[in-house]
Amino acid sequence: MYKTPCSRLTGLVGASVSLNLKILGKNAPRYYQSARSFLQWSRKDKSQWITYQHLNFLKRQYVLKSNNELYQRVKPKQTASVTLLEDQQDESVVRQIQDESVVRQIQDESVVRQIQQVPTIEPGPVFVKVKPPLPQPDISTPVLGAASTGMPADIPAVLERTSGNTESTSQTEAVTLEAPHVQLETDEAREARLDRQWKELKVELAELPDVYARLAKIKLTALVVVTAAAGFAMAPVPFDPVTFFLASIGTGLAACTANSINQYFEVPFDSNMNRTKNRPLVRGQISPLHAVGFAVACGIPGLTLLTLAVNPITGALGALNIFLYTCCYTPLKRISITNTWVGALVGAIPPIMGWTAATGTLDPGALLIGSFLYCWQFPHFNSLSWNLREDYSRGGYRMMSVTHPAMCKRVALRHSLGLMAVSTLGPMLDVTSWTFPLVSLPINLYISYLAFQFYRKADRNSARKLFFCSLWHLPMLLLLALTCKKSRTGPEGTVTTQSLAPAA
Amino acid sequence: MGVKTIKCLLRSSVCHAMRLKLSMNVSRCSSSQPNKLENSAKRLQFIPAADSKHDWIGPPNRLSNLRPIIYHVPENETELEKKLRILRQETENWNHAFWTNQNVTFNNEKNYFILSQLKEKGITERDEKGRKRTLNSEEMAVFYKHFLDENCSRHANYNKEWYRRNFAITLLMGRLAFHNLWGMFAQRRR
Repeated sequence: MYKTPCSRLTGLVGASVSLNLKILGKNAPRYYQSARSFLQWSRKDKSQWITYQHLNFLKRQYVLKSNNELYQRVKPKQTASVTLLEDQQDESVVRQIQDESVVRQIQDESVVRQIQQVPTIEPGPVFVKVKPPLPQPDISTPVLGAASTGMPADIPAVLERTSGNTESTSQTEAVTLEAPHVQLETDEAREARLDRQWKELKVELAELPDVYARLAKIKLTALVVVTAAAGFAMAPVPFDPVTFFLASIGTGLAACTANSINQYFEVPFDSNMNRTKNRPLVRGQISPLHAVGFAVACGIPGLTLLTLAVNPITGALGALNIFLYTCCYTPLKRISITNTWVGALVGAIPPIMGWTAATGTLDPGALLIGSFLYCWQFPHFNSLSWNLREDYSRGGYRMMSVTHPAMCKRVALRHSLGLMAVSTLGPMLDVTSWTFPLVSLPINLYISYLAFQFYRKADRNSARKLFFCSLWHLPMLLLLALTCKKSRTGPEGTVTTQSLAPAA
Repeated sequence: MGVKTIKCLLRSSVCHAMRLKLSMNVSRCSSSQPNKLENSAKRLQFIPAADSKHDWIGPPNRLSNLRPIIYHVPENETELEKKLRILRQETENWNHAFWTNQNVTFNNEKNYFILSQLKEKGITERDEKGRKRTLNSEEMAVFYKHFLDENCSRHANYNKEWYRRNFAITLLMGRLAFHNLWGMFAQRRR
């Protein structure tokens, strides 16, 4: 559900880097050099290779899947190309959200041509020429024949299309000579490659920590713990490091449980969305029972820790949050749009837990911090889901952005403005000093402005801008709240917490 | 080994016209193979090594994006194990059928929508440079909403069924694990 901005950038950076590399064209003989084959040379530069493959995969997917009815270029045996890339995807970094803008750009540039190219195949890079789209039926047939055995002709073909292939100085005679040669090799190589993609379903102990981290969505868990810590820090009591530590661990474990159960429920849906294709249960790295066992193993100690070592209210809130996330939010995602509101509530509870861990009571202040998270969730999620509408639709997820787009924009705007209102409540509830609404006004105004632009334009760019803004807006807001925290005097009359109000 | 291999291959390839497998890995045909092939025409034909004691999971299927699993059948399979294996295989096939249908329908309807929209506007499918025309995201959003609304009840039914099956499989796995543990414990006692 959450996504870091870096992952989107790598795709674009990777693409631009690899295109530049292609232009350099090291050691390019008279053969046309596909970017892919070049990248096989520079295989050592794994990060670029991965990101380009990632981008490549996106291109291929859009080209093949959405247009396979219309494209006649490739013969039905597309399994090889797909699985080839899938294999590489398996070895590559975690799937990220399809960057629709990039893909769309590529799609726009894609030209339908009868490009006959036998691409590079394993074991070594074999370069075969590209025929420019001139009417040369006699040459094309043998190559097409070669292509029809299901070689991954799509990928370089796609590459060619997108690179606006004009520099092919091909020589025709080489094609016919090489075609049968390549065909045999490809068959065997493809078979071997396809076989290699089958993995034995046994638990590798060495991989387990990584598997668990991904099962528990460790990054998201870390963010949840940070918000709980912020709630703890905002509580108007002396800071107790032991309770803080225990509450953080307990919250973290509870979040791990919730995330694991969520992944356990969503295996077939995750397989079909690009963002979530590489999750452990989808890949079969552990069995469903194992995942449930892990969830229980995290949940019981976590909740026990919260209830006994911190206080019962926090424990109860932790249990409630797990229940809301696994049994309400996860099924609701596919039933009705109210899932977003439940999800916002789920996000709001950890800071409340942090507060109650510190004070032991459910104060209005706790609800205030919770409402920061609640209001923030809407511009964050609505803008994110705006660009994922196709995936959600295909996967059967009922999100506002797909079914009620007008409401989606309204709600995002409304809650961005609500952030300003909630910030003003801070000093009224004695949580922060009066400097807080003033200091937070610029960032609140900025996010409201972006939400307003999103409301008016409702295009990809405005959605992305709003999303990226929400990513830094929340930490800034919490940090400002922390610095403007109302100072309390201890029993000896000393100031226990400082209010670092900037000199006005 | 060559003749046996080819016979085995021919048996399984009778169901569907797939390429002949000249792989070195072939050493045995699992009994579940023909059933699996009958149910999933496009699945890859892979035969795991004879001495493997585990299930094997393959790459995602082209149409359904789900990964096929070849279940290992142990020599002295208990009733419970057999029940679990059959349930998992059946669920896998059912899932595969649903998602294949879903993805293919989605793509077909999407293309049809694009074409019909372009026709309405009076624009050709491809522009001067031969590029395919696409609609912008706002226009496509109409289709996405329509698709979701149309398939609302189908999706809801699938969800219910999936949750039910998932629970059943996990419960069965749990029972099996408990059984095995108990057996091990009892044996150690003796």
